[in-house]
Amino acid sequence: MVELTIDGLSVSVEDGATILDACERAQIETPTLCFLESLTPVNACRVCVVELEGSRVLVPACARRAEQGMKIQTDTPRVRHSRKMVLEFLASSVDLSTAPDAQRYCERYGADPRRYGTEAETVAQPVKIDNALYVRDYSKCILCYKCVEACGADAQNTFAIAVAGRGFNAHISTEYDVPLPDSACVYCGNCIGACPTGALMFSSEHELRERGEWNEAAQTQTDTICSYCGVGCTLTLHVQENSIVKVMSPVENGTTNGHLCVKGRFGYQYVQNRPADDVSSD
Amino acid sequence: MDLHFTSARPTPEERAAVDEAAGDANGARTRRHLVLPVLHAVQDRIGWVSGGALNYVGERLGVAPADVYGVATFYASLSTTPRDARVVHVCDDIACMNAGEAELRAALETSGATVLRSPCLGLCDRAPAALVETAGATPSATAIAPATPALLSDTLTPTSIGGSDLRLLKRAGRIDPESLDAYRAHGGYLALQKAFELGPKGVIAEIVASNLLGRGGAAFPTGRKMEAVAGQSAQPHYLICNADESEPGTFKDRVLMEHDPFAIVEAMTIAAYAIGCEHAFVYVRGEYPLAAHRLENAIARARAAGLLGDDVMRRGMRLEIEVRRGAGAYICGEETALFNSIEGKRGEPRNKPPFPVESGVFGKPTQINNVETLANLPPILLEGGAAYACIGTPNSTGTRLFCLSGAIARPGVYEVAHGTTLRALIDLAGGARNGSAIAAILLGGAAGGFVTPDAMAMPLTFEDARAAGATLGSGVVMLFDERADMHAILRRIAEFFREESCGQCVPCRVGTVRQAEALERKEYSLLDDIGRVMRDASICGLGQTAANAIESARKNLPIW
Repeated sequence: MVELTIDGLSVSVEDGATILDACERAQIETPTLCFLESLTPVNACRVCVVELEGSRVLVPACARRAEQGMKIQTDTPRVRHSRKMVLEFLASSVDLSTAPDAQRYCERYGADPRRYGTEAETVAQPVKIDNALYVRDYSKCILCYKCVEACGADAQNTFAIAVAGRGFNAHISTEYDVPLPDSACVYCGNCIGACPTGALMFSSEHELRERGEWNEAAQTQTDTICSYCGVGCTLTLHVQENSIVKVMSPVENGTTNGHLCVKGRFGYQYVQNRPADDVSSD
Repeated sequence: MDLHFTSARPTPEERAAVDEAAGDANGARTRRHLVLPVLHAVQDRIGWVSGGALNYVGERLGVAPADVYGVATFYASLSTTPRDARVVHVCDDIACMNAGEAELRAALETSGATVLRSPCLGLCDRAPAALVETAGATPSATAIAPATPALLSDTLTPTSIGGSDLRLLKRAGRIDPESLDAYRAHGGYLALQKAFELGPKGVIAEIVASNLLGRGGAAFPTGRKMEAVAGQSAQPHYLICNADESEPGTFKDRVLMEHDPFAIVEAMTIAAYAIGCEHAFVYVRGEYPLAAHRLENAIARARAAGLLGDDVMRRGMRLEIEVRRGAGAYICGEETALFNSIEGKRGEPRNKPPFPVESGVFGKPTQINNVETLANLPPILLEGGAAYACIGTPNSTGTRLFCLSGAIARPGVYEVAHGTTLRALIDLAGGARNGSAIAAILLGGAAGGFVTPDAMAMPLTFEDARAAGATLGSGVVMLFDERADMHAILRRIAEFFREESCGQCVPCRVGTVRQAEALERKEYSLLDDIGRVMRDASICGLGQTAANAIESARKNLPIW
C-alpha cells in the first residue's frame, strides 16, 4: 500500500494505483475524457491534471502512479485554470453537442469557448458515412486516442485506424483515408464503445438524431447474454420504441471489458424481424 | 637523369599533397605521365603551385623542374603565383556577357572576393555562370548558375568559428574532417585511451567531478545521468547522441558534426564504455545531410581502424554506432519523442516518469545527450574533471558554444567560458552589424526569450540567466536591430510552434493555434491564459515553452 495526501486528506491505495484511483478512493470527482478503465492511459486530454508538490508542472491523475508521501492538490487556481482552458480549447475547436460529460465539465469549470471569436479554427468537416453500421463524425473528435487503442493492441488487434497528420491537423484515419469497407475494419464497434464524444456512432442512432427522433429519456437499457457463441458476452440493449438502437457492453464486465465482436454489436436484426403484416396461420 | 633544383623547398602540406598523389615509384626512374594529376593535387590542396612544391613534384616524378614549370604554366586552372584558397571564376564569355556577368563581377569584387574571369563554363543555359573553387584538405568546386551576388555569398562566406577559449572547436575548420589520421594527429583518441586506463567507474567519477551540465537546454548533470544508467540491472543499455538540432537559431551541433565528426564518435565511445552500452545511436536532423555524411564517414573509418566494432582498441569492448536520420520534426529533439522515432513510431513524447535512465528507447535504460554535451567528454578526461570544473563558474563549468546570428557583424559559432558577459560575446563577433542599434536579443531559441540591450552585462551562466528570467537554452544569441518588425517575428515564432506541435495533448495542440490566432488578431489579453495552460499542462517541453518567447517579449520589449 502507498499513502498519500490529497487536498489534505490522507488516502491509501494499492501499489500500482494511480492518482486518479486515489482521488476516487477519497471521493474527489476528477474530470476525465481520454481515460477508460479498459485501455492504457494516454493522458492526452490533460483535463485530469492535478498539482503535485515538488513538480514544476501539473501531472495527469489518470496515468501518474501514486507514490508514498505524495502531496496532491486537485482544486487550486492552477488546476482549475488548466482544466478550464483545456475544456475551452476543446469546446472552441470541436463539436461537443453529443458529449454530455464534456458539457458537464465545461459548466463546472466555467469554460467560455466564445472568447476565441468566430474565426477560431475548428476541426469541422463532413460526416463520413461509408458503411451501413456506423458513422464517423470527426467534427466531434477530441483526439483522445481511445478508438485507436480499442482497435489496436488494447482490445481488437485489428489496427484499421491510427492517428495521422501532426499538430492541429492530427486526425484519426485509415491509410490514405480509404473508406472503412476497404480498410482492415472488422466492424467490432469497439471504437464506438470507447468514444467519449459521439464522434463514432451507430448508424441507427445517427439516423434517428438526423430526423430529430432520438429520445434518450424514452429508451430502456436491458442487459442480456449474446446468443451467438460460447463466450457469453454481456450485451446492453438500448431500445427505443421497441427497436434496438444501440448495443453496448458494460466496461466493468469481466468477460468483455466493454468490448464485443461484430455479431454481438451489430447482429441483432433477427431479434426484431417482424413481418410487415401479421400473417396468422390458422 | 641528373636533375638540378633551386633551393626552394616544399611545405609539409605541399609535400603531403604531392606524396599522396604521386604514390610509390616502384623503381620507375621517371613518371612524367603523373605530372598533371600531381600538380592538380597541389593546386587543390594549397590553391597555387609554389617553387618549392614544383621542385618536389619534379623530384618525386623524376622530371626536370623547367619541364614541370612548362606544364604548370600551360594550364589556366593551375596558378604559379600566390592565390587565395578560394577563388570565384566568373564566366565572361559570349552567353554570360549578355546576362549581367560584369555587374556580377563588380559586386563580387566589392565584397572582397577573389574573382577570375573565365572562358565559357558550359552553363550557358543558366547564364551568368560562376564556379567557386576552394582549396584545402577537402577541396571543393561548386558551379552556381544563374549566379547572383547573394547566391555566391552563401558559398563564399563560411561559418565563422571563433571564441576566447577554444576547446570543443579547437579542430573545427582547421583539420580535414574526413580524415582519421588528421584527427589522431591533433589529439584524437587520446581521451579514449585515458578512459580505458580509468575504467568505467573512473570515467564517470571524472565527469561527475567536472560538474558538466547538459547543453541541450535542460541543464541536467551529465555525470549523474551516467551513474544512473550504469547502475541499472536491466540490459541492454543504450546510448543516444541527440543531434536533432532544430531549435530556431541553433547551429552549433551542426558545426561540430560537420567539422569534427570524429570527436563525436570518440565521445560516444567513451560514454558507451562508461555505461556499458554496445549499441549506440546518433539521431541526426534530416535537414543536416552533410553532418550525417561526415558522421557516417567517421564511423566507417573508426570501425576500419578498430576503434569501433567487436574489439575496440583491443580492449574487448564492443560498440556499434548507428546513424538515424530525422525526417523533419522539431519535436523529435525531445528525448522521449526521439525514442519513439527510433522505434518506428510517430514522434510523440511520452509521459515522464518513467525517465529515460530507467526506461528509454525500446523500454531499456538509455543515456541520451546533446552533441555538445558529449563533445565535452574527451576534454574532461584529458585534463581531469577537477581541472575542467575550474573553467567557468562553480555552478556553470566549462565552455559553451553560442550561435550568433541576425544583426551581428560576424555571424557564427563562438566558444567562450561560462561567465563571459553577453556584451563580451557579442564583441567577439564584431558587435552589431554596421554599427546599428540593437533593439532585442533572442536568447536560447524560440523556446527561450527576448532580452533588451540592458541585459548586456549579464554573465552567460545557467544561474545568471535563470536569475534574469532568461535561459541559455541551446546557445542561441540572435540580434535584432531597430529595423526588425518584432511583431512579425513573434507571429513567426507562434506559427513555428503551431506547425511543430505533435498534436498529442490538448494544451499544446489547440493552445499553439489559439496563441497564433490571438497574436494575429492582436487580442493580447488572451495570451497570458493560453501561455499558462501550455506551460502547466502540456506533456512535454515543446508545449511547456511554446509561450516563452512571446511572454518575454510582452514583458521586456517596448513594442506594445
